[in-house]
Amino acid sequence: MAEALTAHGDHGGPHAHHPDLQHHFDTLEQQHEAATLGMWLFLITEVLFFGGLFLAYMLYRVWYPVAWAEASRELDITLGAFNTAVLIGSSLTMAMGVRAAQTGKQRATVVWILLTMALGLVFLIVKYFEYKEKFEHHHVPGVNFMFEGPQAGPAQIYFSLYFLMTGLHATHMIIGFFIMAVIAWMAHKKRFTPEWYTPVEISGLYWHFVDIVWIFLFPLLYLVDRAGHFA
Amino acid sequence: MAGHISPKSTYYAIFAALMVLTAITVAVAFVNLGSFNFPVALGIAITKATLVILFFMHARYSSKLTKLFVGTAFFFLAILLTLTMTDYLSRGMKTYPGGAAGSGYGVRTP
Repeated sequence: MAEALTAHGDHGGPHAHHPDLQHHFDTLEQQHEAATLGMWLFLITEVLFFGGLFLAYMLYRVWYPVAWAEASRELDITLGAFNTAVLIGSSLTMAMGVRAAQTGKQRATVVWILLTMALGLVFLIVKYFEYKEKFEHHHVPGVNFMFEGPQAGPAQIYFSLYFLMTGLHATHMIIGFFIMAVIAWMAHKKRFTPEWYTPVEISGLYWHFVDIVWIFLFPLLYLVDRAGHFA
Repeated sequence: MAGHISPKSTYYAIFAALMVLTAITVAVAFVNLGSFNFPVALGIAITKATLVILFFMHARYSSKLTKLFVGTAFFFLAILLTLTMTDYLSRGMKTYPGGAAGSGYGVRTP
């Protein structure tokens, strides 16, 4: 990529470097490493952000196993499994998008990222219909909450955690959707090269992280007791 | 640049493995394994997450420092979950003589 090298006026020929190399880094490799590390640092805080909710979930599940079993059966396992497949698919298209950027295939990068966004949108639309059904069945915690039987109290805690966890996850999906829109636009503008594709890579890390959160949410919320052990 | 480029076949294989594991976790949920349903579901989820982190997130090909950061996230999560759960799960597990059974405190009375 010799033609991409530019000699900045302020320090002339011998210091010619890649246009995407920031001045405070020695090499593109070092810059890429710093960006990756920074993204993982952010993801550590995200793991603990969701971790608090997972802890609350674990505690209440230990305390109210029967309510957890009964309330969990109200969720649509087909929609949950479908959305899991959709998100795993979006992780594949994301990984392929990063690969396309790595290998300098600009058009393919745009297409893969747009596919990732489309799958993310499918997930959110399915989630909308699931939430809508919860409202119709009065399974939304609050004054209108209704649940048959003696487990109504703790079942409301289950649904509070359901909405908190899936809601926080869906918020991350929406944010991810807009990040991907920016990445797709940048790829469309041919901003990425095999030497510099850091934004695609670290946005991908975020997208995969959101996928991982769902990988745990699906069994924890939908598959509590389908075998009827606590029935 | 430094980034490792995985062959497409790797990504398709990981995708297939994740889909198969999803099918297994749904199927196994309908089999009554008693108290083992939860550990099995969690084990499959951890396996799936590990595949995503190692291959899709390129952790396998990352520098040692990045790998340390990845490990740190789950190390702190493990502290959060384990230390809290050892407390709550062990409450009422053993009641000392004179303690109220099931009170969850096992208070030793003089």
